[in-house]
Amino acid sequence: MRIPALRWLVCGLLCWHAGAAALTAEDLQALAGDDYASKEQALGALATDPDPRAAALLQALSDGDAAVDAAGRIIIGSGAASADTLAGMPVSEGEAAAAEPIMLNNRLRSLVERGIAARRLFDQDLAQRRAAAEALLANPDARFRPLVERARMTEADPDIKSRLDALWAMSALNDPDPEVQLAAIDLVVARRQPELRDLLRPLAEPSGGHETDARVRAAARAGIASLDRWQWWGDLAATLFSGLSLGSVLLLAALGLAITYGLIGVINMAHGEFLMLGAYATYVVQQAVQRYAPGWFDWYPLLSVPAAFAVAALAGLLIERLVLRHLYGRPLETLLTTFGLSLLMIQAVRMIFGAQNVQVANPGWMTGGIAILPGLILPYNRLIILAFSLAVVALAWAVLNRTRLGLFVRAVTQNRDMAACVGVKTRKVDSYAFGFGAGVAGLGGCALAQIGNVGPDLGQGYIIDSFMAVVLGGVGQLAGTVVGALGLGMASKLIEPFWGAVLAKIAVLVLIVLFIQKRPQGIFALKGRSAEA
Amino acid sequence: MNRREVLKLGSLAGAMSLAGVSMRAWAQDKSPIKVGILHSLSGTMAISETSLKDVALMTIDEINRSGGVLGRKIAPVVVDPASNWPLFAERARQLLTQDKVAAVFGCWTSVSRKSVLPVFEELNGLLFYPVQYEGEEMSRNVFYTGAAPNQQAIPAVEYLLSQEGGGAKRIFLLGTDYVYPRTTNRILRAFLLSKGIKESDIEEVYTPFGHSDYQTIVANIKRFAQGGKTAVVSTINGDSNVPFYKELGNQGLKASDVPVIAFSVGEEELRGIDTKPLVGHLAAWNYFMSVRNPTNDKFKKQWAEWAKSQKLPGADKAVTNDPMEATYVGLHMWKQAVEKAGSTDVDKVRAAMIGQKFVAPSGFTLTMDGNHHLHKPVMIGEVRADGQFNVVWRTKGPIRAQPWSPYIEGNKGKPDVVSLHEDLRARVA
Amino acid sequence: MAYRQVLDEAAPQWQKDRRERGAQAGTLPAGSDGPARFELALPERPALLGRRAWIALAVLVAAVGVGVPLCALVLPAGHPLHLSAYGMTLVGKLMCYAIAALALDLVWGYCGILSLGHGLFFALGGYAMGMYLMRSIGRDGHYQSDLPDFMVFLDWKELPWFWHGTEHFAYALLLVILVPAAVAWVFGFFAFRSRVKGVYLSIITQAMTFAAMLLFFRNETGFGGNNGFTDFKRILGFGITQPETRTVLFLTTFAALVLSFLAARAVVTSKLGRVATGIRDAESRLMFLGYSPLGYKLFIWTLSAVLCGIAGALYVPQVGIINPSEMSPVNSIEMAIWVAVGGRGTLFGPIVGAFAVNGAKSVFTTHFAEYWLFFLGAIFVLVPLFLPRGIVGLLRRGRAGDAA
Repeated sequence: MRIPALRWLVCGLLCWHAGAAALTAEDLQALAGDDYASKEQALGALATDPDPRAAALLQALSDGDAAVDAAGRIIIGSGAASADTLAGMPVSEGEAAAAEPIMLNNRLRSLVERGIAARRLFDQDLAQRRAAAEALLANPDARFRPLVERARMTEADPDIKSRLDALWAMSALNDPDPEVQLAAIDLVVARRQPELRDLLRPLAEPSGGHETDARVRAAARAGIASLDRWQWWGDLAATLFSGLSLGSVLLLAALGLAITYGLIGVINMAHGEFLMLGAYATYVVQQAVQRYAPGWFDWYPLLSVPAAFAVAALAGLLIERLVLRHLYGRPLETLLTTFGLSLLMIQAVRMIFGAQNVQVANPGWMTGGIAILPGLILPYNRLIILAFSLAVVALAWAVLNRTRLGLFVRAVTQNRDMAACVGVKTRKVDSYAFGFGAGVAGLGGCALAQIGNVGPDLGQGYIIDSFMAVVLGGVGQLAGTVVGALGLGMASKLIEPFWGAVLAKIAVLVLIVLFIQKRPQGIFALKGRSAEA
Repeated sequence: MNRREVLKLGSLAGAMSLAGVSMRAWAQDKSPIKVGILHSLSGTMAISETSLKDVALMTIDEINRSGGVLGRKIAPVVVDPASNWPLFAERARQLLTQDKVAAVFGCWTSVSRKSVLPVFEELNGLLFYPVQYEGEEMSRNVFYTGAAPNQQAIPAVEYLLSQEGGGAKRIFLLGTDYVYPRTTNRILRAFLLSKGIKESDIEEVYTPFGHSDYQTIVANIKRFAQGGKTAVVSTINGDSNVPFYKELGNQGLKASDVPVIAFSVGEEELRGIDTKPLVGHLAAWNYFMSVRNPTNDKFKKQWAEWAKSQKLPGADKAVTNDPMEATYVGLHMWKQAVEKAGSTDVDKVRAAMIGQKFVAPSGFTLTMDGNHHLHKPVMIGEVRADGQFNVVWRTKGPIRAQPWSPYIEGNKGKPDVVSLHEDLRARVA
Repeated sequence: MAYRQVLDEAAPQWQKDRRERGAQAGTLPAGSDGPARFELALPERPALLGRRAWIALAVLVAAVGVGVPLCALVLPAGHPLHLSAYGMTLVGKLMCYAIAALALDLVWGYCGILSLGHGLFFALGGYAMGMYLMRSIGRDGHYQSDLPDFMVFLDWKELPWFWHGTEHFAYALLLVILVPAAVAWVFGFFAFRSRVKGVYLSIITQAMTFAAMLLFFRNETGFGGNNGFTDFKRILGFGITQPETRTVLFLTTFAALVLSFLAARAVVTSKLGRVATGIRDAESRLMFLGYSPLGYKLFIWTLSAVLCGIAGALYVPQVGIINPSEMSPVNSIEMAIWVAVGGRGTLFGPIVGAFAVNGAKSVFTTHFAEYWLFFLGAIFVLVPLFLPRGIVGLLRRGRAGDAA
């Protein structure tokens, strides 16, 4: 794959700069050493060197494929494709394996990336050129100014041209000609990136500062104001999104509890552990896919969803049959017993998988995000979790309102004795309902594994929040939990920028306590005559 | 009986009785020496501390195999204080008074250490504490084999400010709300001001334990970074690191833009994280598993074999980290001190510990100073995609610890070394 | 008339006796030869403790009062009966837990309020005592300053307002009683007035203790954050690690336990106690009869909080540390487990339960370090299933046949 790209690069560079300068051993010597300062110098020179071998070396450094052997030769490529940089001669595998990899640190790595990006400005492929322009825009470097100027002249695509113009504008802001400055300010503001305010600030200083032309000063001030507005909108959008995202996480955690407590009246202190079981099921599926079908790794979350549901539902069924069956009608004993069960489950998982956290990786399509504003990225994994939580709510609603089991569950909730008289097998319905609730909790855990820790204590962090969401929303209706969870998420995130994370959480808890005083049944109360004896 | 026979019998009896006496003395010396291991095996701290218990057992096994201490085997006494601080004090008291151990290796969090400290001082026990901490303590009953802030935090920030480390102009101090981050950040703030960084370029934020939603905070970091090249100094504790790093990856904050250096993230913590988005972020320790030297190779191999033979969970991906190395060093140094002192008596061992040297897996020779802290080298590592660290910078040699940081007022005039005599602070009536 | 005879014969024995006594004393109206007048006669007020119980208590008090100082202070360390510091602090801690369990039984077993936040009151009492102990360190801390150590390295220049006065023991005692009472009263007033009951109440007590825990974990709040208070040196001028001080603390705790038990018993056997039991069994019915449950619930709730606070205050000097994890929701649930295991609704049961469960915890973490959570979890699961009346219920059933 690299070879055709290399060919294009070479062609492009040759077209642009006839007569390639030769790359010498002295240039590369510093790379073999340990001194980062001289490495930086050497890399800086390499980045602007038109020699095609420099390009190949830069690419290898970026991929982690560059090494130096005992003789001081720089070898790029790995395994059978290893070659000496200067001579271009292939190198044996043994020698390649014995070579020491060249170590980069953050600073050097970003320099390498920029060097590669600068060359790609001249690539045939549109996408490559755009990515290159973005990369350079993110880290403007004076080294590449001549390259940028030249690319700007020859660029046809308007989108990329605007980026290149912005790059040019950043250095043109201090041009002596006011017309040029005004044009540059316009280009900079058009980027809508709040971080560029710092570039405009010296220009906006009131008379007595560097800038003499009043129009430029006014334009700079207007530009800063415009960017401020964009910042404000961006912040608002970010807060709203993070509130929704947190709410969706809470919803996933609390939905299972809403079913088991809301519908069957079982206080399940082991609810967090069902979340944990779902998360561990995801981990096991990931390991299995990695071992037996590594090509399908990106699709393992789809497999893990039914697995998480099944494992948690099974655990729920078992618990219900063995333990909870005997405690119906005694909610406080149920609470204590399920607490003991949670201890057992945590310790069991700790013994099997170890006390440490296990690694659950995001598949490729869940990494990254959409940038709806420059500087505001909505991550894919959070968007997917938002969608997933709504899907799970839809599933729960469908099961409860469109299936026979759901019908029986609702009947048992409203009037257990009457339902039994009519012929509903209440015991079986209890088991299945609890199992279903546990399964939904497992689905929640499957999603939580993608954004947080997976360890034996995973459930403990969510149990209080789940209870709050269920109690706030009111039992008996799923809508209550949805509103409760999303509301809690939004409330936390709206308070957090002002008071910090801890006080926001405390404030939310206090609000819940006060709300329950006012309206003990929650937001969506069960209607009907159910006087508590 | 004639005289010869009497003489023969008498000398035989005398020889036998002498042999009996020496045999009895020799037989008494053969009883094992008990050593306590005080690490949480359940509860919130089990994640970190279980591996320390295992390394301690491995080291004790190694010492026993090579003949033990003073010809006697070491018998470990393992107890589980379950991440419950009052239980720590109770178990410590039990180890010292009921089991009568010669030394205790344990604790991780500062709370647990502070909870057992009065017990050790009251009963004149010895505790070996292997974890990096905030300093501000120098007890005659504790030997600190982990780093003090000047052996970890300050060199790390110096690296960040340097050209090579990225030339940061603004620093974001992010930590979990407890004493280690608070004290460390206080020291760092004073240090940064002394280096010319302005107050407005330093931001300090704390999150509670178990905090898992870092969206707002990472957005704040991004906004802070707009004002200049920023680096983040993270003293986030344990579990919360995972959601923090995941959020950094989500919001596209790359290490080359805003490097994050952490003081509580090691190889063990990285095992539970997807490290691809973290490549390039930093950690500061006195030891990394990727360090190449014969002592470390032997240490790693020994640990891998031990994990397999004991069927520890996750044995196929066994990693070593700084506190494990510190436990290993501490046990060996204690053994050397006991042999030098010729007994396990606490006062004698304490005196013999000062000046002990040991070639550690970090590749340096560590010395135990009179202030009860080790001289340790400092290393900065960058996260690799495989969960290991690339060492990008290290000190030339070990640095002496300063437990009483000069950046906190009130520390002027504190003694520099532990007094070997009875503590001269006014004893309570 | 015939039916009168039937009624007379069917009358309970005590009514017959009373009628006879009345007939003998001549207080029955003329013409009655045992008419079945309707009498609403209350049962006798039960005695505070039975005769045997009083004797047993006296023996226990004598044994502890004499035996403990003897074994701790007089006997030499090697003697098998010597009570070491380890043993004394362990049993002292267990007794503090027993008082807390007793307090929880008052509200749960006799009033029907399952509180999963009593750990908060325990910790508040502990913090109040802790403030006094921190102040009495004086200048002996690491920084030789008048302020406690943690304030020095947080860079605070003066004491926050709520610390003033805590250097006086009497004021600290006042705080130990008033602060949990105030918090409990406010919370209870709002909760019971809105008639929040059952599971909802339990959940919001959890929320209350969790919020308080988060608040105390914050270093800015001024209570030492995660480190809490530790490294105490002296109490009332006596060294806190001296065996004499330990013995006195032990005996004080024992006295507190006995007095709390008697106080609880007094409440429970009084008329107030009977109304409370009515609230537990059938609150709506009680309201229809004209009682307002608010006052009764609030009184018992506040009393229980005060007892918990006292337990916490005695806990801290013996254990040597207090930190916000005492307020964690898990701790409060464990208290409920002690009551359930011992037998709720009997004041003696929770004491037994606290000793049993915490004793088991100490034993298991020593000898079965890897498996103790399994054992503990198993206890929590099996006891509500198989011993719904707890250990005491088991003993009673064994003794009285089937006196359910």
